[in-house]
Amino acid sequence: MLDIDITRKTYPDRGGQPHVALQALRMQVQAGEFACVVGPSGCGKSTLLNLVGGLDTDYQGRIALDGQAPEGGIGFMFQEPRLMPWLTVLQNVELVLRDDPQGSQRARALLQAMELSEVLDAYPGRLSGGMQRRVALARAFVIEPRLLLMDEPFVSLDAPTANRLRVMLVDIWRQRRTTVLFVTHDLREALALGDRVFFLSASPAQVVLNLPIALPHPRTPTDAAVQALHQDLLQRHPELLAGGVESTARAHEEFARA
Amino acid sequence: MTVKVQHALGMAPQQDNATPLKRQGATSPVGRRDALTRLASLLVFVLVWHIAASIAQTSTLPAPLAVFERIAAETASLVLPEHLYITLSRVVVSFTVAMLIGTLIGIAMGHWRRLDLFLDGWLVLGLNIPALVTIILCYVWFGLNDTAAIIAVAINKIPTVVVTVREGARAIDPRLMQVGAAYRLPPWRTFCHIYLPQLQPYLMAAARSGLSLIWKIVLVVELLGRSNGIGFQLNVFFQFFDITGILAYTLVFAAIVLLVEGLMLRPLERRVTRWRG
Repeated sequence: MLDIDITRKTYPDRGGQPHVALQALRMQVQAGEFACVVGPSGCGKSTLLNLVGGLDTDYQGRIALDGQAPEGGIGFMFQEPRLMPWLTVLQNVELVLRDDPQGSQRARALLQAMELSEVLDAYPGRLSGGMQRRVALARAFVIEPRLLLMDEPFVSLDAPTANRLRVMLVDIWRQRRTTVLFVTHDLREALALGDRVFFLSASPAQVVLNLPIALPHPRTPTDAAVQALHQDLLQRHPELLAGGVESTARAHEEFARA
Repeated sequence: MTVKVQHALGMAPQQDNATPLKRQGATSPVGRRDALTRLASLLVFVLVWHIAASIAQTSTLPAPLAVFERIAAETASLVLPEHLYITLSRVVVSFTVAMLIGTLIGIAMGHWRRLDLFLDGWLVLGLNIPALVTIILCYVWFGLNDTAAIIAVAINKIPTVVVTVREGARAIDPRLMQVGAAYRLPPWRTFCHIYLPQLQPYLMAAARSGLSLIWKIVLVVELLGRSNGIGFQLNVFFQFFDITGILAYTLVFAAIVLLVEGLMLRPLERRVTRWRG
């Protein structure tokens, strides 16, 4: 289980006044659960991922994976593919492996599952954006992560490509049941992917709504059930996506009743 | 320096894209034609030299043939190979020392602003101090020996390496470094596969300009305070007004530098920038 309890995360502002990015942010993700985090842009979603991923250790609070500070075994997918342009597709995936005799085989198998067998020895610069993201996805899964962090990985892709990647992601995730924390600003995407969606307020971010989703996988953002859920949410909580904290209490009550 | 870096970073790949066939070497028709052009240029140079020497008819401008005969004679007597070997050893050692130290300081200055501020004044001094001054001082302080000679050459080269590599260290992409951090890669792996490849164009530019600068300075060092090496020989020939000897040694040395560039540096660069193709 991933247990996040951040008391306070500040950035030094240029004027000397610290800027509070996250405050009193609590969330729990069950093992094997696909959790999405949505919130207005600039609310600190990426900051949250950097803290969980250990890229930034300067904060007050506690983050625990199965009771311990998360150390290793974390897959990370960034907004951009972030592949090394001087390494081939296969080398890029193998780069993150550590003394693993089966690693190379697993890398090839994953790349095959991503339909990238043809380009194992190609350099990323020759690949399309969608293909580069598939490589990044294979890289995230090749270490057999206990936790997978994803920071709007399908942003800036055209809708069909993004949908295809979402299907691939959910496919692998269902086979491996990795715990996933998926950050996005696209509510429909979150509703389509997640077992649970956390809604964040505007900065300093707090969880304003914790919404479990019982719809069966796989689903796409254009599925009727997802659309209906989206409509329903917007009607009942038009202010939710604006991140209004005042609405929190009411939203919680209503969802408790529903 | 900046121009060289830009060349290494931006211009070279563009040129490569414009003439992709060139990279296939002498086996393709275009490659063969290019090689012929280079050969023709060399022949024209020798021809012009020959004509000028025939017209001038003076011992201060010997004909190419006389110089080539001299090269053959000096090689056969093993005098030239011996001095050449000594000079090349000095070049290799001081080049290696200068690149290593310069790269370390350059990386450090590129990363720590405070250190950069602290050392920047020294760097400007190092860049502008005449080679002759460091050579004289090194000989005075450390004695007329090889250590002093190599220190003198390295001190002349280190500042330019630092400036180039510092530029590279500043251009390191933090987003790629984050990949190494996120996946908890061991530091050495991150350094070799994520950091160094980003620095590579700058290292290459430093090596290129370094080689041409260092072998020139090594000759001066030898002329001023060593009793062997090409620089020492050139001084001897100068005393006797032996222009043929001077040209013979210079030609051989220039040929070696061209070979190093063509057979080592350029293929190496082609190998490490394959992914740009």
